[in-house]
Amino acid sequence: MHSLLASMLPGPFAAACLPAGGGGGPVDDGPVAAAIKHAANWLTEPTRYSVASILALIAVLYFRRFFSKVWVVTVFFALSTAFFVFAFQDPNFNAIITKPDNVPIIILFATVVFFSWLSLRRAVINDERTKRGEPTLEGELAKQKVFTWPDLVYSELICLVLFTAAMLVWSILITAPIEEPAATARTPNPSKAPWYFLGLQELLVYFDPWIAGVLLPSFIIVGLCAIPYIDTNPKGNGYYTFDERPFAISFFWVGFLLFWVSFVILGTFLRGPNWSFFGPFEYWDLHKLEPMVNVDLSTWVWVDILGKPRPDNPFVREAPGIVLVIGYFLVLPPLLGKTVMRKMVADMGMIRFNVFMHLFLWFVLIPIKMGLRWTVNLKYFIGMPEYFFNV
Amino acid sequence: MQKLLKYVRESQIWKSVFRHGYPDTPRNRTLAVLSNVFLHLHPVKVRRSGIRLSYTWCMGGLTFFLFLILTLTGLLLMFYYRPTADRAYEDIFALREHVPIGVMREMHRWGAHLMVISVWLHMYRVFLTGSYKPPREFNWNVGVILLVLTLLLSFTGYLLPWDQLAVWAITVGTNMARATPLLGHEGPLASALSFGGIDFIHAGDDVRFGLLAGRFVGEGALLRFYVLHCVGFPLIAATLMAVHFWRVRKDGGISGPL
Repeated sequence: MHSLLASMLPGPFAAACLPAGGGGGPVDDGPVAAAIKHAANWLTEPTRYSVASILALIAVLYFRRFFSKVWVVTVFFALSTAFFVFAFQDPNFNAIITKPDNVPIIILFATVVFFSWLSLRRAVINDERTKRGEPTLEGELAKQKVFTWPDLVYSELICLVLFTAAMLVWSILITAPIEEPAATARTPNPSKAPWYFLGLQELLVYFDPWIAGVLLPSFIIVGLCAIPYIDTNPKGNGYYTFDERPFAISFFWVGFLLFWVSFVILGTFLRGPNWSFFGPFEYWDLHKLEPMVNVDLSTWVWVDILGKPRPDNPFVREAPGIVLVIGYFLVLPPLLGKTVMRKMVADMGMIRFNVFMHLFLWFVLIPIKMGLRWTVNLKYFIGMPEYFFNV
Repeated sequence: MQKLLKYVRESQIWKSVFRHGYPDTPRNRTLAVLSNVFLHLHPVKVRRSGIRLSYTWCMGGLTFFLFLILTLTGLLLMFYYRPTADRAYEDIFALREHVPIGVMREMHRWGAHLMVISVWLHMYRVFLTGSYKPPREFNWNVGVILLVLTLLLSFTGYLLPWDQLAVWAITVGTNMARATPLLGHEGPLASALSFGGIDFIHAGDDVRFGLLAGRFVGEGALLRFYVLHCVGFPLIAATLMAVHFWRVRKDGGISGPL
């Protein structure tokens, strides 16, 4: 693999690809390189990574006029490429990034960034045109109708040919890997799910399997299905826009870009043995220890605040958490509907509002739990291992 | 040359296949689409906005094309692969060792990765252009099911090389099923289904057992995943794709401003 990749890449890449086999170990760097690597390791630590990416997303959406400029995305891709060239020299980074199965993740990153930028650019242009009273980019073109043969059929054919060529080149250059034969007695560390489920595996850090692995995926599917019935805004059908549906677009960006794509990338590149976090330039040390100091809400309430031992009856013990969770899911929606979200209820109707609120609250629970884990080391709101019922 | 072409085009064989002249007139262009079973998925005329790459990103079409590539390469791979625990790994290994410039497995593997990405990007585009809004609500739902099927196809295929990566990725993935409420033996409320000291849900009959045909990823799981991967899911996906494309037409073609 490494020699193949080396032969297809220009000078600096190729030089970096060859020597590193399994990667690993401390590296001798100049002061500047060491500082950059240290900064990258520091910034990608999950807490900072999540907070920084949320801030970045807000900034991109708020200053969308600036970020949708052509030169901005050009500079971004140039800097990313420069970073990759630099990072390839590092054996630790190299070892993880050049795995053949991780090539699609790089493609995912590049395409998602590019298409997000493209959609934002067209949205900004369209919004400006609408403000001036002109038709949107799509609206202008939609007035004309063209024959499927040749206008559509030919572009389909060209896409097909180019794409097949690219697939063939890729397949010839990079051989599909095969590891050692299956052995149920030898567990590899880390054991990772297929890459497209790594966002869910990342949530296992914060939630039990019944939530991260069963409930949330189900809610994602149900939520996606419910989108067209919940979103009653008739605007923005068939053209790119931001101003006409700011909430819908922002929400999808947060969900898709932050909680799905970026967690896939985090899980692929930055989660090592024991699912411990490793910066991009860190050696995957099997013995990296992460302190387990997480505390249940019940311990916090009974022991720390009331100064008593935790009651034996699990329902009494977990009463504070149960009240909190019931309040969150059952009291909060009507409360919000009667007060600040009154207009939403009027627009959507009761059923839509309730379906939306429950899906929304489940979604919001993810950042809430993550935040509480990072700040006060909360383990479970309700911790009933007796019934495998941990929230 | 011109003469030869003319002769061919006026022969009975040519005319029996193509029932119209060269598609350079409006009439023949219409007929080219209408009289071809594959092309007639398209309308005769399309809005210019709907065929711009900067609008569609071509991701839906690419997904369908990848499905075709995967069907073709998968079919060829089936000739050389036996889904049993003692043969599967050897067969895949042999493909790599004995075939010079073999690209079928590579095309299948990279194509499968790409199809997951292209489905996501297609849905991303459909969301950003609001193309799920009326009258396309139902088709968005068909699309969501196709997304799930794509992931299931990829997931079942993940196991087939029967190497460490495969077995343990499927182990991690299916371990989640253990925690299904009521139906998994480590899920909430499963212990409630216990009568007179007898557990109705245990490791030998819960939903994970059903997925894997056993308590761990073994021979039964391999066969089960193989059948679903090669026959079950592709059939369902192909059927739903037909519905999906049909509804694109019936709901007014590629979306555009109303």
